[in-house]
Amino acid sequence: MKIIFKSALLLLILVVMSCGTKEEKRKDGFSVDRAKTTEKTTEPESEANQVPASQRVTLDEKGVGQIKEITLDAEINSEMAAAGEALFKTNCTACHKIDKRFIGPSPKGIMERRSPEWIMNMILDPKLMTEQDRCAKDLLVEFNGAAMSNQNLTVEQTRSILEYFRTL
Amino acid sequence: MKKYQFQLIALIGSVLLFSGCGNQNGKGISNGALSSSNAEKVYVAPGEQDEFYAFMSGGYSGNLTVYGLPSGRMFKEIPVFSQFPTSGYGYSEETKPMLETSFGFVPWDDAHHPDISQSKGELDGRWIFINGNNTPRIARISLSTFETEEIIELPNSAGNHSSSFITENTEYVVAGTRFSVPVPQRDMPISEYKSNFKGALSFISVDPDHGHMDIKFQLMMPGFNYDLSHPGRDKSHGWFFFTTYNTEEANSLLEVNASQNDKDFIAAVNWKKIEEYVNNGGGTMMPANYAHNVYDEATHTATSTMKKEVLTVDPLKVPGAVYFLPTPKSPHGCDVDPTGQYIIGNGKLSADLTVHSFDKMIAAIEGEKFDGEAYGIPILKFEDVLAGTVKSGGLGPLHTEFDGKGNAYTTFFISSEVVKWKLGTWEVIDRKPTFYSVGHLMIPGGNSRKPFGKYVVAMNKITKDRYLPTGPELEHSAQLYDISGDKMELIYDFPTHGEPHYAAGIPAELLAPKSKKIYRLDENKHPYAVTSPDGSKVVREGNEVHVYMSMIRSHFTPDNIEGIKVGDKVYFHITNHEQDFDVPHGFAMIGQNSSELLIMPGQTKTSVWEPKQPGVWPFYCTDFCSALHQEMQGYVRVSPANSDVPLTFTLGE
Repeated sequence: MKIIFKSALLLLILVVMSCGTKEEKRKDGFSVDRAKTTEKTTEPESEANQVPASQRVTLDEKGVGQIKEITLDAEINSEMAAAGEALFKTNCTACHKIDKRFIGPSPKGIMERRSPEWIMNMILDPKLMTEQDRCAKDLLVEFNGAAMSNQNLTVEQTRSILEYFRTL
Repeated sequence: MKKYQFQLIALIGSVLLFSGCGNQNGKGISNGALSSSNAEKVYVAPGEQDEFYAFMSGGYSGNLTVYGLPSGRMFKEIPVFSQFPTSGYGYSEETKPMLETSFGFVPWDDAHHPDISQSKGELDGRWIFINGNNTPRIARISLSTFETEEIIELPNSAGNHSSSFITENTEYVVAGTRFSVPVPQRDMPISEYKSNFKGALSFISVDPDHGHMDIKFQLMMPGFNYDLSHPGRDKSHGWFFFTTYNTEEANSLLEVNASQNDKDFIAAVNWKKIEEYVNNGGGTMMPANYAHNVYDEATHTATSTMKKEVLTVDPLKVPGAVYFLPTPKSPHGCDVDPTGQYIIGNGKLSADLTVHSFDKMIAAIEGEKFDGEAYGIPILKFEDVLAGTVKSGGLGPLHTEFDGKGNAYTTFFISSEVVKWKLGTWEVIDRKPTFYSVGHLMIPGGNSRKPFGKYVVAMNKITKDRYLPTGPELEHSAQLYDISGDKMELIYDFPTHGEPHYAAGIPAELLAPKSKKIYRLDENKHPYAVTSPDGSKVVREGNEVHVYMSMIRSHFTPDNIEGIKVGDKVYFHITNHEQDFDVPHGFAMIGQNSSELLIMPGQTKTSVWEPKQPGVWPFYCTDFCSALHQEMQGYVRVSPANSDVPLTFTLGE
């Protein structure tokens, strides 16, 4: 007990002394040493765990939901893409920017990482996807727990957004 | 050892218990079984839904509350005549016009009698109407959005009580004045009330497509108190019946002076005849001043218009349109059975119910069997129109509803009971106590041609010991009775908000499927809506600053605003960009002299803030919306009035 008291006193003195000797300086914000944890996770490491979900390529996964199979024409339907762009602008840009990562990932390059079915399922029912699809679940964690909103789009509207993504 | 002792005591105890029951000829046991089946009757298991909606008037709360039956769970309070800080109704710029009247902004009323729209005498579940009693108004509420869409003020009216009852194809919503007043209003001695005051009965037409209300005509009746009313239905469709009291035309100490006459009247109004008269150019247009407030679902905005004239009808100018049916003892409720044959006058100072016959009334009119007249209006002979009397043995009958199986249920205020009796034979079948002093009662569809006679809800005026005490002020108590059998069974108690004067119930299957889930963003026509986040902006117009803001889980766009100055009037026009069911966001600004806004998906609402001090002032979302709800916030920098900080608005920069 005594020892604790004494060392606390010593610490206090040291603190007071250090204050006295330092020049007061305006600081921008503050920083904390964030040492990387060296503890090993007990979970078995898979390839999926090593690559952040946003960079993972999961083209074989179709996700969970009503869209089972989509065939894309070789040519992009520009009319459909334009409709998709307009829908994307009103329904999605609050969280998804083309030129940068925002609340959620940029849709740029998504066609190289995700299957068309996965993309449409994610738009149509993000709740179901983040509950049942591994990649969607990991994306939710990677993006800070910001759950994607269900914007109540029809399959047709969702399909046109997909067409717009092909133009990016 | 201890264990054995306990078991022994338990054994003796249970033997005593059972023998105790046996002494009462098994009554105790059957009661126990009964209460467990009663519990099953009202039990709506977690995740299950109720069978009926019940819309309870909120009385002096000015609002309408939505309950489920049989569970008695409250789902929503719909703001109607009162400001409602929970949602911002009556505070937001869009909804302030809803509470405009000829007296200016009136942020409160006393809501009384809800009635659901009908087609062919059956509930159609499009709208529900309710009256404001104090500053006479009628409101129409959408039963897809469960929001107030329209309020019309009534000129020449006061104590708007015999309202708001609906004819069987929702041709009219009818509103009668309880207090007669000088028409037009003028400075005159109160003592000259008699024969000078008028009682206006307003027939408000309802547009069949949009529900929009318009006063078709006001029938200017003698200066009695018009207490309650109901439309004729089926065979009596085309007539409307109003109870009256104070036919003495007393202007003071009515408690005594309005209870002198042995009989007052039920006024029978042939509105079809008056409608025809008016359609042929009859009636007198008189100057008036009353507000008509309409909320537009597309612009999410209400507008208030002052109307300047109203068509009045002198009943003497339309022969054969109005008759008086003598009815004993200051009748209160005026109820018509599902066949339209019987008109029940609930003489509130009597033990008996007076039932008039529609057929006999028509015969008496055709036979011109009059018993004098009042202010030129023929009085029919009591005996000639009487169908029967219900000798109930109770005291103080107020209101009657019907189960569609030939039975009627009447509340007795003074003797605190519901009495079930048979139409036609007038015999009392059953009676059950209420706790305490019951006012209205409600059977879903119980004032229509097609009642759903499974439950009756009794709405009591006195609560006393029914619930845990909460100081001197208590919520009112309601009691739910199962009426599916011969005898009524009290199965549940639940508190109600405000003072429910009447309620309207409807099977859930008629409403739930068409209940709106979101407002579509692509249908949002609000002039300040931001339908895409890149449309967000802040615009200065002199001292007025308009913030066009959007919100989605979980940020505002913009969330940093600078260049606001002390003395500015800042309008936050906020659009919720969610398009998913049940994801509202809230908005509240520190120190704002107003309420929060609660904004539904796809909706735009506006809140005004007048910053008073320089500083950096935060705002935030008040409705827990996501895991990052606590992050949903922003700042407004307020500079002194004479500063030149440029106007900027940003997000994530």
